[in-house]
Order: sequence, then structure tokens, then C-alpha cells
Amino acid sequence: MDLNELTQTSGEWLRGLGPEADIVISSRIRLARNLADFPFISRATPQDRLQIERSLRDAILAANSSGDLLYVAVDELEGVDRQFLVERHLISREHAESQGRRAVAIDRTERFSLMINEEDHLRIQVLQSGFNLDSVWEQINNIDDGIEERVTYAFHERLGYLTACPTNVGTGMRVSVMLHLPALVITRQIEKVFRSLQKISLAVRGLYGEGSQATGDFYQISNQITLGRSEQELVQQVRDIVPVIIDYERQARQFLIKESHENLHDRVSRAYGILRTAQTISSEETMHLLSSVRMGVNLGLIQDLRIADINDLFIRTQPAHLQKLTGNELASTDRNIERARYLRHHLNREDGGHGAEKN
Amino acid sequence: MKCQQCDRPATFHITELTGGKPQELHLCEDHARQYLTSSSGEPPGPGGVAAALAQQVQQMAIGQTAEELARLDQQACPVCGITFYEFRSQGRLGCPHDYVAFQAQLDPLLLNVHGESEHTGKRPRRAPAASERRTQLIRLRREMKEAIENEKYERASELRDEIRRTESE
Repeated sequence: MDLNELTQTSGEWLRGLGPEADIVISSRIRLARNLADFPFISRATPQDRLQIERSLRDAILAANSSGDLLYVAVDELEGVDRQFLVERHLISREHAESQGRRAVAIDRTERFSLMINEEDHLRIQVLQSGFNLDSVWEQINNIDDGIEERVTYAFHERLGYLTACPTNVGTGMRVSVMLHLPALVITRQIEKVFRSLQKISLAVRGLYGEGSQATGDFYQISNQITLGRSEQELVQQVRDIVPVIIDYERQARQFLIKESHENLHDRVSRAYGILRTAQTISSEETMHLLSSVRMGVNLGLIQDLRIADINDLFIRTQPAHLQKLTGNELASTDRNIERARYLRHHLNREDGGHGAEKN
Repeated sequence: MKCQQCDRPATFHITELTGGKPQELHLCEDHARQYLTSSSGEPPGPGGVAAALAQQVQQMAIGQTAEELARLDQQACPVCGITFYEFRSQGRLGCPHDYVAFQAQLDPLLLNVHGESEHTGKRPRRAPAASERRTQLIRLRREMKEAIENEKYERASELRDEIRRTESE
């Protein structure tokens, strides 16, 4: 079990490639599945959890012919390592913080992960950079088929896949697209967009999903309903609405460029300046400033940075990543100093971030 | 966790999504009902299972007495043993069979949350009948564990054989 391997690389979904990658960070689908012959997690004994873990581990490893999976017993990890996996979007906060036997199988390129004994016995997720839902659905459907050949899922003739929470029953599917919407935030239109999304039963969440605040102007748009519509229809609902939001964001950016070019350029340049010179900086301030810089790069106001590198900085400046990087547990004051050092180092390089150096 | 409005335990955990930023509310049954009645001018919206449950209690309360509600709450799933009250307070079901055992209570809830009551998507290639039969393993294992705890070894060994038979089907 070697998580340190992951600290050397970045997830595929951070590459900043794929359709509409200036605004769409990633496309993600997750499926919730349960084994028919065990209680749901809230009623499972330690013995049940162990057996669930064993049968799913065997099925997952047998179904994955490439053999390129990192299998991690989450309950045996240190807190900082669990947090590290949350920051990378490979496990959920609930999975990190719960108790008892649980595990995750991670694709080494971080295109997918499978959580065992989360809220449901199995949570499969596939993640890709850019706006790419069809390809994500195709992949997750294949992974699901491969596992289903080897275990019996809890399934009801009328209600579909049975889940621990009735809000997931049916398809067990959550389709979500993560968007970077700084201009809609600056022009104060974001709430209006949210209200209209809620009317068509789509949910809006922050960077780390359920209950998380929208830091760095990142928002996840996802389906709320899981029953009574096919997987394709659920994908389509999100796929249809995202271009509309992208369009709003682009209009808001154009408006800012036209109507307050100096203010916008000033905001972006100051953000870049602080990130390159600060001696101590909190995670929140970093996210906030990186968001402006990211938009600045997309609008051509900053020329010497790549989107992939900024995407990376959003993740690598978070607490657990910094601690993995330095190899020590750090108190928050020390983390803020370390974060500032890391940012200075990465934003002041001679080659302006185009080099192969990643750490 | 205590109700935010009084000292009773909070059994309803509502995430309010209609005000821009999500807001979490933890309320007892009475205050949840009150809260939902006061904001009843708005459409239900995707408030999750807790909000839908609270709304359902509110609807049930109109035609039913407290005793009837209490009786529904005490109903237990024969497979995993969870009561409807336990589900209501945790928001999580105990086993796949709960969808059958609590069908009368869950169907309106599902309709409330999803606006639909029938799955139209993907199906596993294995027959659902096999899935329902395997669900019985949950009950058999539980009964075997209880038999052993009560030193009823003969019964435990019968159950063990039945478990093996079902597992190999």
C-alpha cells in the first residue's frame, strides 16, 4: 500500500483538457450498489463488513484485467492519508471519517475509484477532465457490468437498484459536472442561476460535494432524482443544462472585459502578485486568489501559466497534500508558511510553469 | 443531537437548498412540522429524504392519530430488524428487504422525492428473483447468530445448512 506514489502524479481530471476545459473542470458519474445478501452498512456487523469487503475486493480485482489498481484499506490509514485521498476526490469525506472495515480501489491514473463500505456497499466513480459525460457513462457502465458478473446486486423488479438511502434508489446514479464560475460570482448572478437549477431538480454543491462550501468559485451541478428515468436520460438532463451555464459564464466574462477591463485586469494581477510573493497564506485565500488567476489565464490576461498547473495548485496547496509533501504533520501556522513557500516556488520559475518539473 | 428550537432530540435533519447557500437544520418532529408548514407556500424542491419524510409525517398526521403514527413507527423489518422509527431518525435503511417491508410508508416517500415510482433504467443480467432470495441470507445469518447466543445449537446447525444451500443456489 503506497500512497506516496500518488503524490508524484496528478489525476487525469486535472489535466485541463477535453471539451470546454476553461470552464468545465471535470465530468463525473457515480453508481451506488449493494450486495443482495448483506444488510446495508448501518445494520452491518463487523463480520458483515469484512465479508462484504472480501467479496467486493475479489470481484473488483477479477473484473479489472489491466491489474493497474491500487487497493487501499482505508481504516488502516493515518488521518492525513485519508484526508489526502479526499482532497484528490478519490474517496468521500464520509468514507474518510466513518468507522469500521472499509476500502478503496484506485485506478493509478485516477480515472476511477471504487469505495467499499461507504454509505452503500459499493460506490463506483469515474472522473474525467472537461465536459465528457458520454464517455464517462460508457466507462462506468462497463465497470459495473464487470462486477455484476461476479456478485449479486440488491435489485427490485419495480424499484431498481436498492440503496441505503431512498434518495439514491433506482439507478443509484449521480451525474455531476464541476464548473469554474468566477465571473458569475463577481457579477452576482450565481444565485439566480442556482435558483433556476433547483426548479428543474438539479443540485448545486461545492468542490467537495455534499455539504461543502463553494470554495474557489467551483460548483458541481448534479441530478437530484435517481428513480423513474434511465441512465441516459439522467446524463442528458445534465448534459443539456451545462452549455447554458457555460454560456452565461462566458457572457459575464465578456461583460467584465468590456465594461471594467481595468478592474478585472487589476484583480487578476493582484491575485497573481500575492500568490507569488506571500510569506504565509491560508487555504481559503489561496483558493480565492487562484480562482482569479485561473480566469486571468483563460482570458489571456496572464500569459505564462498553464491551466493544468493551476488546477494542480488548487489540490496541492490543501492541508494533507502539503503535509505529504513535507513529510511532517504541520500545525496550521506552519502549513500557511509552507503553502506560501510552495506557491512562490511554483509560480516564480524561470520557465513559467512549462517545465516537466511537477514537485 | 438536540433540536435547534427545544431540548428534545433532533430526528429531522433538513438541508434547505432554496436560499442560495445550503443551510442545515436539525429539528425535532414538532418543530420540523412547524418549519415545513410555515414554508409550505413553496414547491417541495429537492430537499432530500429528511425534508420529504418530515412532509410525509405532516401529511399523515392530518388523517391519523398519534397512536397510529406510533404503531407505524414501531413496525420492524423481519429480515434486518430495523424499525421504521430508526430509519426515520437516521435516514438510512437497514437492508434491501426494507423496501418490501416498509412499502406502504416508503412508496409515498419515493414519489415525493423522485416524482416517480418505477425504475426505467439499467437492469442487472441476473434475475431480480435471485436477488430477493439472497436477501433472505441476511435474516438467516442473523437468526443463526441469535441461536448461538441463546445456546440453541440444534437450531443453529439447521440454519447453517439452510444458509449454505441458499448461498450455493
